[in-house]
Amino acid sequence: MGHINQNNLAPACPVIVDQSILKKIGNTPLIHLENISKRYPNVEIYAKAEWRNAGGSVKSRPALQMIEDGEASGKLTKDKIILDSTSGNTGIAYALIGKIKGYQVKLVMPANVIKERKGVMADFYGAEIVTSSPFEGSDGAIILAKEIYDKDPDKYFMPDQYNNDSNWRAHYLHTAEEIWKQTDGEITHFCAGIGTGGTIMGNTRKFRELNPKIQCYAVEPAEELHGLEGLKHMASSIVPGIYDESILDGKISVATEDAYDMLETLEKEEGILVGHSSAAAVIAAMELAGKIDKGVVVTIFPDSCDTTYINFNKFKEFYESQSPTALPKADN
Amino acid sequence: MPVKVRIPTPLMKLTNNQAEISAEGETIADILNNLESQFAGIKERICEENGAPRRFINIYLNEEDIRFLEGEKTQIKDGDEISIIPAIAGGAR
Repeated sequence: MGHINQNNLAPACPVIVDQSILKKIGNTPLIHLENISKRYPNVEIYAKAEWRNAGGSVKSRPALQMIEDGEASGKLTKDKIILDSTSGNTGIAYALIGKIKGYQVKLVMPANVIKERKGVMADFYGAEIVTSSPFEGSDGAIILAKEIYDKDPDKYFMPDQYNNDSNWRAHYLHTAEEIWKQTDGEITHFCAGIGTGGTIMGNTRKFRELNPKIQCYAVEPAEELHGLEGLKHMASSIVPGIYDESILDGKISVATEDAYDMLETLEKEEGILVGHSSAAAVIAAMELAGKIDKGVVVTIFPDSCDTTYINFNKFKEFYESQSPTALPKADN
Repeated sequence: MPVKVRIPTPLMKLTNNQAEISAEGETIADILNNLESQFAGIKERICEENGAPRRFINIYLNEEDIRFLEGEKTQIKDGDEISIIPAIAGGAR
């Protein structure tokens, strides 16, 4: 086995010394929503482009933190299967990380999650999918995952993203620091959707340390029956153990239909295609911006719609309006 | 003729915690109106003002999404089962 002395080589392109895709989790871009911001003189609105994480969503951060903290504590060993409930993004992240690190992954998700998500996980990353009742939403998946775990606890490592402090710590340690640096400490307001509560809890706790004047708001669906995948209406849900509303400055409710309309606004004005929860987040950011004379409002865009929502709503309608057998023809 | 309607968990607080409701009518629209007469306020959670399902709600007649049948005008028959399911998996139980 020879050892290549890189000092003696002059490669045409840089030598890759660490190929792990897991290094591509974190350090996401912060996008200035310039056209949206124009509605509010002296206020700038920014969004953290979390789909740029490996795994395609904000949930890669807590998934990696929970798995690596599990390894460090000795609770996660190679003979264990990673088991958890998810409404999609955390599952994709577990499946990707499990694939890279060599763990089997079993995911419980409601049968009505967007089918591309299950496809991404099952086809590309080889996770086992167990579906729970579509009538019961993500809470049904939480209960079913717990039942599976309780039947054979030695077989599984269950991160339990709703009750695991490593979830919010991922944001406390990284996301908030990134935002602080990216805004040169100018951030005045922060808002983020609540699913497990990890994003809002971790960021809020760090911002409280960096500058207690930064106001932090959770974004939730306006109704118990809603169409904002991944978000929870807390009053009617199992409240996650890691979620502590008392540290927040408030909550902002967003109607599903308003978020769907905002998807189109973001597409037209900013050229960004995002998921529904991102649209809900920007509505909340705009509500905050409308109440202040000057400031920097930052929110989180959890995912994009390129892989996970392309068959949903208007994309589905577009697809159905096309004739699959028609030969493309030029106008002349 | 009564048919069985399966209710998503987030709406069960409107149906006295019942997951299945018996409702009567000739069409999906009749069934939705019948549900409203039994449980005031439930229809606006499911439908737009024009009576069509809200964008994020799918109504299934047995195994089929009514959007691919005749929408809320879809006829129903004895023994059919209707399911109301959010198009995506949100949080609430």
